[in-house]
Amino acid sequence: MDFGRISRRHLLQGGAALTLGTALGGRSAFAADTTIGFIYVGSRDDYGYNQAHAAGAAVLKKMPGLKVVEEEKVPETDAVEKTMESMINLDGASLLFPTSFGYYNPHMIKMANKFPKLRFEHCGGLWTDKDPKNAGSYFGYIDEAQFISGIVAGHTSKTSKLGFVAAKPIPQVLRNINAFTLGAKLANPKATTQVIFTGDWSMPVKEAEATNSLIDQGVDVLTCHVDGPKTMVENAARRGAMVCGYHVNQSALAPKAYLTGAEWNWEALYPKFIKMIAAGEAIPNFYRGGFKEEIVKQSPYGEAVSAEARKHADEMKAKLIAGTYTIFKGPIMDNKGKTVITAGTDRGQKDPELEKMDYLVEGVIGATS
Amino acid sequence: MTSEVADPAEAVAISPAADPGFLQRHGGTIEYILIPGAALVGALGVFGVFVALFGKNPLDLYFYMYQGAFGTWFSWQNTLTRAAPLILTALCTALPAQLGMVIIGGEGALLIGALASTSIALTMQWAPPLAVQLAMAAAGMVAGGLWIMLSGGLRQYRGVNETISSLLLVYIALAILNHLVEGLMRDPTSLNKPSTREIGAANMLGSIPGTDVHWGLVFGIIAAVASYILIYHTVFGFAARVAGGNIRAAKIVGLGVGKLIMTVCFLAGASAGLAGMVEVAAVQGRTNANLAAGYGFTGILVAFLARQNPLAVIPVAILLGGISASGGLLQRRLGLPDASVQVLQGIIFVFVLASDALYGRIGFLKGKS
Repeated sequence: MDFGRISRRHLLQGGAALTLGTALGGRSAFAADTTIGFIYVGSRDDYGYNQAHAAGAAVLKKMPGLKVVEEEKVPETDAVEKTMESMINLDGASLLFPTSFGYYNPHMIKMANKFPKLRFEHCGGLWTDKDPKNAGSYFGYIDEAQFISGIVAGHTSKTSKLGFVAAKPIPQVLRNINAFTLGAKLANPKATTQVIFTGDWSMPVKEAEATNSLIDQGVDVLTCHVDGPKTMVENAARRGAMVCGYHVNQSALAPKAYLTGAEWNWEALYPKFIKMIAAGEAIPNFYRGGFKEEIVKQSPYGEAVSAEARKHADEMKAKLIAGTYTIFKGPIMDNKGKTVITAGTDRGQKDPELEKMDYLVEGVIGATS
Repeated sequence: MTSEVADPAEAVAISPAADPGFLQRHGGTIEYILIPGAALVGALGVFGVFVALFGKNPLDLYFYMYQGAFGTWFSWQNTLTRAAPLILTALCTALPAQLGMVIIGGEGALLIGALASTSIALTMQWAPPLAVQLAMAAAGMVAGGLWIMLSGGLRQYRGVNETISSLLLVYIALAILNHLVEGLMRDPTSLNKPSTREIGAANMLGSIPGTDVHWGLVFGIIAAVASYILIYHTVFGFAARVAGGNIRAAKIVGLGVGKLIMTVCFLAGASAGLAGMVEVAAVQGRTNANLAAGYGFTGILVAFLARQNPLAVIPVAILLGGISASGGLLQRRLGLPDASVQVLQGIIFVFVLASDALYGRIGFLKGKS
């Protein structure tokens, strides 16, 4: 190969790109189309958190006039700031979706201040009125779907012992564990959920160990809240246990063992955002919802789910959509015997108190610290 | 590789043929530039073949790599930002290497340095920013230095292999960081992303004027140059290299090997600790799990590629910063997975290590003696 020639050619092209970039004020010539940038913290085929977002991005790719650029495995450091800037400067992106929780502060805030004319949409529900107006943060009440999974799990378990492989004892995770357990107890008052915290979002070895250890203790239905549920789902299925999925539909990994699952519905939300922009409406800076707003969804029931369980789950789901049922309705005791929600108190989905959850409800075996 | 043959031939053509002593005097230096350069070109060539196997045009690959890393002013800043922490963490491996020690625990020193500098900043909120920043730098360096001294001490006084101990200390550092960030030092308002309180906007380091690049780059260059002078132009450095060459001979001539090991390990840890301080004071503004982004591990690669020469660490860090900066563009334009950048890093590493065998064997560089 003639490397000398290539480097000269690149030099010329680079020079041309530089001149062009400067002439257009740092923006590439994609004026006719809107370019949207998606940034993922892990790999986009992780059967989990990142794949859920990539599925949403894939829907946008098919829409006319949109160009989607994606970058995976971007750490939550200044690397993500540079990725956003690179998408803006080199690809001409005008709408960015940095999808990981830790991208928000300080990284996305910094970029939103630096590029006030562009729009930034973060997944996590973190926006407050102190933050830039061109920044937004959306999130879903996925505990609604975990609650329904809990009902299905409660009906299906023969041992009444359920297992939960969790990353960290933070409010979002605790809320999922609690909603799952409350659902299970609705179906089977004797049901308990044994929880194991692995300590981080992606710890495949510990997740496998936790799965095995739960099954060894008699647990026969498992679910999880980690970035990639693949490890738990495959291991549990191999051991003959049933699973409820999380983030995306994992039934392909364990067709027989997959009961149902709590899924994000970014495929519905992202086109909605685009339509809002096209119609000249502003996307609310703080955007949240559950089943009703189509931000979360339930995986189709697997063959092992009984007719009774299906009926019960569908019924409760309909109530959640209609807004006639509250998951966190007092009296609720934690697993140390303390009343955490008093009788007569309804903690509806939007209640900010739920955002500070630091307890495990009665029926959960495990501790937050 | 044909390219390796082509390059030396070019070098002969440009070297002044009229001066027969030129090669004799500068043969060593030329070798140090030529061999790694040829290894790099060879690695890029192999990577091009690899990419061609996936049906992508290698010429596009080289163009996008160039554009993403060095093609525009923005790309340069992107590259330099990514290079900044690598210079400092590479010194954590390169300095002990002078003594024949293989320390690979820079990540641990970075985390401990970050933790220490955050702690001091949080207790000094009353002080003027410059005092806070100086105290942060001092705390980060001392803490990081002591951390690597642990490995040095274990090796010198207990006969524990320093490579293993420094690596294992990374996990201990991460556990300490997580423990403190999720417990004692946690900002109670950091609900779903456990973090310490922020050090305050006034105490942040900011960027080098006229650029987006933070001051960590300048600190890194100063530290690398100072290390070079220390190792190659002082009695202390000479003693260290003697001990590195033959530890028994060093003991026989009366060198205090223990003291040398402890001092060099301290300096090594101090530079990684400073990298941690910069990540807090220039990027994150607080300590949380985001700091464990792997800079310490990439630093090992930089140090080995630089053949443990503190001065060579600077261009190598910029090169690897450039590769990582261009990785995004490869994903976005060519649809290559993120892992392709790791494949390239791996190929470069193998080429550089293999090219070690060529030193002193290239006939025409020895001159006519």
